[in-house]
Amino acid sequence: MSQANHNSNNNNKEKHTISALVENNAGVLSRISGLFARRGFNIHSLAVGVTEVPDVSRITIVAEGDDYVLEQIAKQLNKLVDVIKVRTLPKHGSELLSRELMLVKVSCTPSERQELIAIAKINDAKISDVSATAMTLELSANQQRLSAFEELIRPYGIKEIARTGVIALQKGATSLNS
Amino acid sequence: MNAARALVKCLEKEGVTSIFGYPGAAICPFYDELVLSNSSIEHILVRHEANAGHAASGMARISGKPEVCVATSGPGATNLITAIATAYMDSIPIIALTGQVHSEQIGKDVFQEADMTGAVEPFVKHSYLLKSPKEAAELPRIIREAFHIAATGRPGPVLIDIPIDVQLEEISFSVDDYQPSSKAPPEIRGYKPSFSGNKLQIKRVIDAIAESKKPLICAGGGVFARNAQTLMQQFAERADIPVVNTMMGISSFPSDHRLSCGMLGMHGKQLPNRALNECDLLILLGARVNDRAISPSNSERGFKVIHVDIDPAEIGKNLPAAIPVVGDIYAVLEQILELLPKDLGKHDEWCNYLLGNKTGANVVIKSSFDDSDDNNSSEEKNVVSPKEFYGSLNKLLPKDAIVTADVGQNQIWTANNIQLGEGGRFLTSGGMGTMGYSVPCAVGAKRGNPEREVVAICGDGSFQMQFMELATMIQHGINIKIIIMANNRLGMVRELQKLKYQNNLTAVFLDGSPDFIKLADAYGINGEHISNNKDVDKALTTLLASKKPYILVVDVDAEERSIL
Repeated sequence: MSQANHNSNNNNKEKHTISALVENNAGVLSRISGLFARRGFNIHSLAVGVTEVPDVSRITIVAEGDDYVLEQIAKQLNKLVDVIKVRTLPKHGSELLSRELMLVKVSCTPSERQELIAIAKINDAKISDVSATAMTLELSANQQRLSAFEELIRPYGIKEIARTGVIALQKGATSLNS
Repeated sequence: MNAARALVKCLEKEGVTSIFGYPGAAICPFYDELVLSNSSIEHILVRHEANAGHAASGMARISGKPEVCVATSGPGATNLITAIATAYMDSIPIIALTGQVHSEQIGKDVFQEADMTGAVEPFVKHSYLLKSPKEAAELPRIIREAFHIAATGRPGPVLIDIPIDVQLEEISFSVDDYQPSSKAPPEIRGYKPSFSGNKLQIKRVIDAIAESKKPLICAGGGVFARNAQTLMQQFAERADIPVVNTMMGISSFPSDHRLSCGMLGMHGKQLPNRALNECDLLILLGARVNDRAISPSNSERGFKVIHVDIDPAEIGKNLPAAIPVVGDIYAVLEQILELLPKDLGKHDEWCNYLLGNKTGANVVIKSSFDDSDDNNSSEEKNVVSPKEFYGSLNKLLPKDAIVTADVGQNQIWTANNIQLGEGGRFLTSGGMGTMGYSVPCAVGAKRGNPEREVVAICGDGSFQMQFMELATMIQHGINIKIIIMANNRLGMVRELQKLKYQNNLTAVFLDGSPDFIKLADAYGINGEHISNNKDVDKALTTLLASKKPYILVVDVDAEERSIL
């Protein structure tokens, strides 16, 4: 309903990367995920980790929505006492350093091994584990490259995938703390 | 001393004089220390935990600072949730203290365990759980932070959940070292509410007012949050701008003022809604544009919006704002008044058009009942007409009285027709629409200002959600007056079923209700039951003259409408 008020030109739903510094408390994650759930914001991925400051964590959220939703996400996050700082990161790759780590376990017969090693090498993926019938590859890249890599090895038979969710920093000298 | 005693001492230092609560095993150390430490704090034993929260809310709205409710773990704490949510929706600063099971047993589903910080997460401004005895020493810091967070910025409820073993933990704490939050605001990294408005935006506000031919102020509950009523009145008078208010903003502007238009919205009268529809500049002061007040379609009418709110998330949420002003309403109004040109013209044409020839104190506010096409047939039906009733009430009630209304037809009648003057307050559950709010809220309000006349108005439905508090009133000598608008119906739902559900009246009949006068008598409370217009004046005079609690049951027609 509320969105109906807003300029329909803004109705293009895009993915946005939001970075937040939060108190490293128990419960902060549930406060944030609860906020997204009850306000109806769509999360694509959410990654949490410690930072250079011991009691501060960084949460990187990739969310989908128009400008109105994005503004509300930032404002509502800022209202949480545990949230120290929120910033919507630039969308363009020229300004944004965005990475996700993927582990992918793929079926691999001895005869296919060299082929897969070659594919891994071309894509800067590491071979993390090899067994008689499978190989686990590790790749850290942006989401497009991860998807492309996944497609490339799909024909061999993907047994399982684990991904961390996107983490990101703005390029250049600026930081969220500054 | 143990943490429980430190807690009591911190509350005293924060200026808490009365707390509302209900004990249980997990909060016993706190109750123990209330007595053992010879605390100056009066404990008021409510008869249901939700009412402890509502009473704290009523008191906070009058005292202007956070007030405290207490409950035990599990069901005691979960019973508080409705009150916490009610306070959250209306931005009322309350502190909820809950006992929790032994810290080592948390997560094991032991007797009377409930995850309270989890349960209230959507309804609190912030919450704390002291997870282990090691954190007991943090309690004084947490109390100071809780009062600071509840009271500042956009006010709201804060919950502190304390396991029984944490309450009993010995800590080193010196009472003399404790500085109350209002004197020594704590530094909280993630909490920095803004105070004054952005200078550039204030300049734009001034320009927009100067350009506007038909400006309108809409006052919300935020005006009370910073006690900005007088400043707002100065602003309205100097800039010659008519004032409408939301339900939460009722009594922020004197009803008999020449610029007063009344409550707008779905349940409001014609005049304020016409003002909204025809204005060219809407100045929202501490109002969050609830769907019942301003419908989204209003934004298409082309008026310009200035939105002043301390919560940036409210600006642009429900209505696009051309000029957003984030800040403390008191500070922002001061900034505006400072810059407002002395030679600002009057808006005679607009004011005359809206408010006719209303002048000074002789104004007769058009009652919403005047819009009714019904001929008054109340005498034949042996009922009191609400119009007559509110006419008498406005005549007899002191202008600085505190009036609480419940939810339902009684709320809409009161909201549209009560006329209060300077110092008068109207309190109701605006955002949440919580039935059973009026009496406990009045109990708290009376403690907030014992000198004032406090009258709770409810229906015969809502009264039965809260009449256990009659015992609280008697036990603690809280002399509030209760008016029950009785029609043996859940009137608002009946009306909705009549209008929208082909008059298929379902579950709205209150047959089986007790004789309220006999019930009051069982508590030792006097009362009167009236069902004729001619008895109204006398009954209200008796009610207001009573030095003790008093109940007046007013029979109204079951077919009476709330939207008249």
